[in-house]
Amino acid sequence: MHAFALSRADDPAKAIAAHAQDPHLAFIAGGTDLIGLMKDRAALPERLLDINGLPDMGRIEALPEGGLRIGALARMSDVAADREVRRRFPVIAEALLFAASGQLRNMASMGGNIMQRTRCAYFRDEDPLPCNKRRPGSGCSALHGLNRNHAIFGWSDACVATHPSDVAVALAAMDANVIVRGPAGERSIPFTEFHRLPGDTPERDNVIERGDLIVAIEMPARVEGRASHYLKVRDRQSYEFALVSAAAAVATDGRRLRSARLALGGVAHKPWRLTAAEAALRGVSLDEIDVLKSAIATSFTEARPLAHNAFKVELAQRVALRALQTAGARA
Amino acid sequence: MSGVHRGRFGDELVPVNLTVNRQARTIMVEPRMTLLDALREELALTGTKKACDRGECGACTVHVDGRRVLSCMTLAAMQEGKRITTIEGLERNGKLHPVQAAFVEHDGFQCGFCTSGQIMSAVAAIEEAKAGWPSAAAADVRGPFTVADLSDAEIRERMSGNLCRCACYPNIVAAIAQAAGRS
Repeated sequence: MHAFALSRADDPAKAIAAHAQDPHLAFIAGGTDLIGLMKDRAALPERLLDINGLPDMGRIEALPEGGLRIGALARMSDVAADREVRRRFPVIAEALLFAASGQLRNMASMGGNIMQRTRCAYFRDEDPLPCNKRRPGSGCSALHGLNRNHAIFGWSDACVATHPSDVAVALAAMDANVIVRGPAGERSIPFTEFHRLPGDTPERDNVIERGDLIVAIEMPARVEGRASHYLKVRDRQSYEFALVSAAAAVATDGRRLRSARLALGGVAHKPWRLTAAEAALRGVSLDEIDVLKSAIATSFTEARPLAHNAFKVELAQRVALRALQTAGARA
Repeated sequence: MSGVHRGRFGDELVPVNLTVNRQARTIMVEPRMTLLDALREELALTGTKKACDRGECGACTVHVDGRRVLSCMTLAAMQEGKRITTIEGLERNGKLHPVQAAFVEHDGFQCGFCTSGQIMSAVAAIEEAKAGWPSAAAADVRGPFTVADLSDAEIRERMSGNLCRCACYPNIVAAIAQAAGRS
């Protein structure tokens, strides 16, 4: 690793001010992504500010109306094991448990999880291959290269990478909010607006600005929360990033869907909500498999597979269907 | 400049106070030094192994404040006040930890390079199961989990962060099942 200075933050306002005025300073919490990026020289901060000592940012609180507030420093394993998270939003607990390994889940913070960078091999490579995310303007090696793991939705010629987080898919499906404190005060960012599509500026993964500190993730009460499920398909049974994953949550009248929430992972630069499918699913019976399939298919007319990932178009629809059915069985 | 200590590569050294295997220690480290390198090179605790150095293999697993973590993916300078346990700290009064004894009994290793990490991971995984933590092997995470539910499939899932190139997995699973009191 390159040389850097390390200091500890004990006050959020001071940490935010330090970050706002120093373009070479990075926050570090669990470090499980940042240290890997530094080892691969994909991140070269000159100063690290350890935010693990900031007060009251590690709590998981069950809110009275049925929602949750998850502190940004809460560890993935603590959130996954929390009884109220498991009861109110099983999709969140499952997405966390299907990610990384026991050791990494003990280390990785929730704020860091949603900030993690793509696993695109061209982006992570120690050798300087063209990558617009890593070196803007250098080109995209994956566009016509090895792109089996890459996007089928929302990509641009500048970048075809996918976002690797599992729990982000669940949080997008459930319309969580990211609570961010910056130099101008606190704001709440709807989860589906937190991550960006690549466009011409793939170096920016999300809407976080310099001086911003994620303090919490808020999960408002959702009628679909309890009947929810996360399904992940990958090349290995465990300890692997998703080829395709789906978060599903439903509210029903008997077997008929009153509302459905669906988001996919492994298919885009951000968690991909299937809004057209959600609208088409309203009023459909969970027993009408063909109708469920056609409703899901309405979100795939805009799919644009690359040379090596056409299989994801079919796979993603099947994964979405199965996640929906399992969520439906919990209603 | 007086009072500033510099390391091999010219970085300023920072002091870290921590407890390692029940002993209070103070080490001077470069901020970029991982906990793994500090254990091996500053504290001469070479039982913790360095293999992938990228958080992919689990060979470097140690306990920090009782929880299993990857020592290659955290900085030594971030461990101020922490309680670290390595493979050297598991035995008590010359007696192997029950998980260590079970690995010997079940031949849970061949070359042995991943074994420290496997055992440190297994000790903590059993504690996590006793604390009622679910895993991805659960059919439904909404329900309670007890150590009696620690099936072979559960053990394999919970140990998936520890790779064994000799593929001793069946014996590792058997050793952990026995140590967890399941057989």
